[in-house]
Amino acid sequence: MFDYETLRCIWWLFLGVLLIGFAVTGGFDLGTAILLPFLGKTDTERRVIINSVGATWEGNQVWFVTAGGALFAAWPMAYAVAFSGFYLALLLTLFALMMRPLGFDYRSKLPSEKWRGNWDKALFVGGFVPALIFGVAFGNLLKGVPFHLDNDMRIFYDGSFWGLLNPFALLSGLLSVSMLALHGATYLQVKTEGDIQQRCQKAVLILAIVTLVIFALAGFWITHIEGYKITSTLLHDAPSNPLNKVVEKSAGLWLANYQQQPLLIVIPSLGFMMGVLTILLSKQQYLKSAFISSGLTITAIILTAGVSMFPFLIPASQSINHSLTVWDASSSHTTLIIMFWVTVVFLPIIIVYTSWVFRVLSGKITLAHIQNNDHTAY
Amino acid sequence: MISEAVVDLSRWQFAATSLYHFLFVPLTLGLSFLLAIMESTYLMTGREIYKDMTQFWGKLFGINFALGVATGLTMEFEFGMNWSYFSHYVGDVFGAPLAIEGLMAFFLEATFVGLFFFGWDKLPKWQHLIVTWLVAFGTNLSALWILVANGWMQNPVGAEFNYETMRMEVTHFSDLIFNPAAQVKFVHTVAAGYTTAAAFVLGISAYYMLKGRDAAFARRSYTIAAGFGLAACLSVIVLGDESGYTDGEVQKAKLAAIEAEWHTEPPPASFTAIGFPDQDKMETAYAIKIPWVLGLIGTRSIDEPITGLTEILEKNRVRVREGMKAYGLLQKLRNGEKTPEHIAEFNRYKKDLGYGMLLKRYTEKVADATDAQIELAAQYSMPRVVPLFWTFRIMVACGFIMLGVFIWAMFASSIRKCRQTTLLKWSFYMMPLPWIACETGWFVAEFGRQPWTIAEILPTFLSASSLSEWDLYISLSGFIALYTVFLVIELFLMLKFIKLGPSSLHKGRYHFEITEQQEVSHV
Repeated sequence: MFDYETLRCIWWLFLGVLLIGFAVTGGFDLGTAILLPFLGKTDTERRVIINSVGATWEGNQVWFVTAGGALFAAWPMAYAVAFSGFYLALLLTLFALMMRPLGFDYRSKLPSEKWRGNWDKALFVGGFVPALIFGVAFGNLLKGVPFHLDNDMRIFYDGSFWGLLNPFALLSGLLSVSMLALHGATYLQVKTEGDIQQRCQKAVLILAIVTLVIFALAGFWITHIEGYKITSTLLHDAPSNPLNKVVEKSAGLWLANYQQQPLLIVIPSLGFMMGVLTILLSKQQYLKSAFISSGLTITAIILTAGVSMFPFLIPASQSINHSLTVWDASSSHTTLIIMFWVTVVFLPIIIVYTSWVFRVLSGKITLAHIQNNDHTAY
Repeated sequence: MISEAVVDLSRWQFAATSLYHFLFVPLTLGLSFLLAIMESTYLMTGREIYKDMTQFWGKLFGINFALGVATGLTMEFEFGMNWSYFSHYVGDVFGAPLAIEGLMAFFLEATFVGLFFFGWDKLPKWQHLIVTWLVAFGTNLSALWILVANGWMQNPVGAEFNYETMRMEVTHFSDLIFNPAAQVKFVHTVAAGYTTAAAFVLGISAYYMLKGRDAAFARRSYTIAAGFGLAACLSVIVLGDESGYTDGEVQKAKLAAIEAEWHTEPPPASFTAIGFPDQDKMETAYAIKIPWVLGLIGTRSIDEPITGLTEILEKNRVRVREGMKAYGLLQKLRNGEKTPEHIAEFNRYKKDLGYGMLLKRYTEKVADATDAQIELAAQYSMPRVVPLFWTFRIMVACGFIMLGVFIWAMFASSIRKCRQTTLLKWSFYMMPLPWIACETGWFVAEFGRQPWTIAEILPTFLSASSLSEWDLYISLSGFIALYTVFLVIELFLMLKFIKLGPSSLHKGRYHFEITEQQEVSHV
């Protein structure tokens, strides 16, 4: 029913949907964890913040888990290169993410201040470190990753952990932290009241400005860093073999897609507009709209990175011809079709029951609520 | 070629992290169902005590679930981090069930588990019950898909090698789902999970009765656990996954190794109950054999033979030689000599390509391997008998002891005589057994698959990522340190709440909240 080329594009989109799904749902969980030490002054206030995401964070994180699974199923070579190449960075992410289920479930099970204080730190790490590393990883994708393949398709990573920490990637890391923290702040604004809510409002203002400044800075920088482009003919429906093409690398190539399709400029512009709108809506107390608007800001920022790179998934910075692209790093036609149908059936079902759960759990978390549910709340 | 140390360390890390993960998974699988059963009873009888039971065992479920989630993430990361060649080589097939697991199961269980804990006051009773059932259903669905993936590693059906992409690709997805190895594994694993949870609830309830506290609560929990456990334990034994060992050559080799079946016997084969196997001499000292039993269990027939290790080795020698040809032809195809003859020839030999790749351990020039190297590769293709023989017997022994206790507990509960000290002590001290059985069972299934990651297709030593030894030292020590801390914290919390018992619910009607007279009147 679908040809191979179309399916590859669909799967590029699906991966985007899952990543954005994670950024806008799991993103505010990570954001609230980043804000936890700054916005919660007392134990009860911190519990308000934790419980505002406590019942739903687990489902939100599955967007990330599923994005990982989908990457494995639809883009196995990209999964293999990214996960083995960024080995130590991902190890750190993993260790940080592990703090989350334990932090949420264990923190308030004992009254000891020291116990709770330590878990608060763990929860902060569990929010901050993954947010930072996801951004750093995206920055490195834009710069290109030092790997090459041999004739058996064995992957060799030629860089080091420290190489990941280049200035552009660190800037992307900061962008990721600030935009997820912003999203966390708009979420908390909806879910809390009183002092915490007022602190959130300040945070929204600061974080939205920081996010927009960094986004602009990164956008300017990207015109100077080297982008990639396929220069040989590459059949879009041939079996996946990343060794079959010629790639060019030079400054400004990441803008090529915008030159070819000027309409695409809408996407980064949307990022800026939504960022500004978030500030305005938050000021005018349209809190739910501000939350939606910060979600759209994130969506636009992630889409900007994706669209700039298309059709590249992971450019190879040294053996540039080995770069992984949408056309030569996917699964087989059969697998893409099967997974297409599974996704088309289950994703809407997931969205329906997730929305229902959010509706059941809607409403503000108050200090009184925590005091009344001292033994059952997180 | 990647170093042997990197391969070994990667294997140690994967084994350590998955065995650790599997400490929490079985309890989640079973306890979620027990919670659903308890809550259903609450709705049917309307008695608050069943709600308390659901909430108390739910608390323990939560403590366990958190670590299951934390350590489960490791598994998804590790395929790519440590086994990148595996991920490339079989991602087209193996990735699909993992992604489906996310879409179908993880979302369900993770979205509703929050509502299970925090939805008591927000939902009508029947809706909350549905939520609890959905959590149970979700956890069990996730077991289904991960075992479809694992079953394919044991018996890789429905896929074919593509020389243009240099990997395995799906041909018949339904074969993956209906893979007998996967189906038997699924039933065996979830039943093991139900047994684990039943033994957990049984043991802790026995502890309360031995201490003479919260009698009504403990007795009801005990009875439910006894019934559920008996049914589960029977299934786990009767539907033991030995019956899945007839499909696929590596499964057959595993079965022969478990049974120390050195030579093919005339059917039906006898079962070596116990003995001292010696792989070098290829014989089992002091073997006590029970006629017929192995043939019956293994093949469910009296006329099919169970292949012995000698015969399997003989076959593998031939397959290594055929695999050499396949590998040589593959090189030609990869270098652009895609003549129809080469393709036809390659298709004839490609089912043995994996055996050819075993030679990579001994030479880079696979197509020119010497006779000595071929013999080494054939020997290397055989599973290790001694560890498999013993771990399997430990698992089975645990299973039968538990079955005995469950029968006894069920019988005593049904005549309302479960409060006898000997039975309660047995119930209590039995608690470690399901974990020992689960871990040894994992070992038998996965170590028995060696030297392959994908049976007959991809050797383990080729599957690993090209990492440095230092990468592995850092990650392995990180895992050991962090996981140890986690385990200490988890056990500390678990024991604390077990000791507190239902009093931890703060309902004002349990042991630490009331006077002795009140407690007696409750019984």
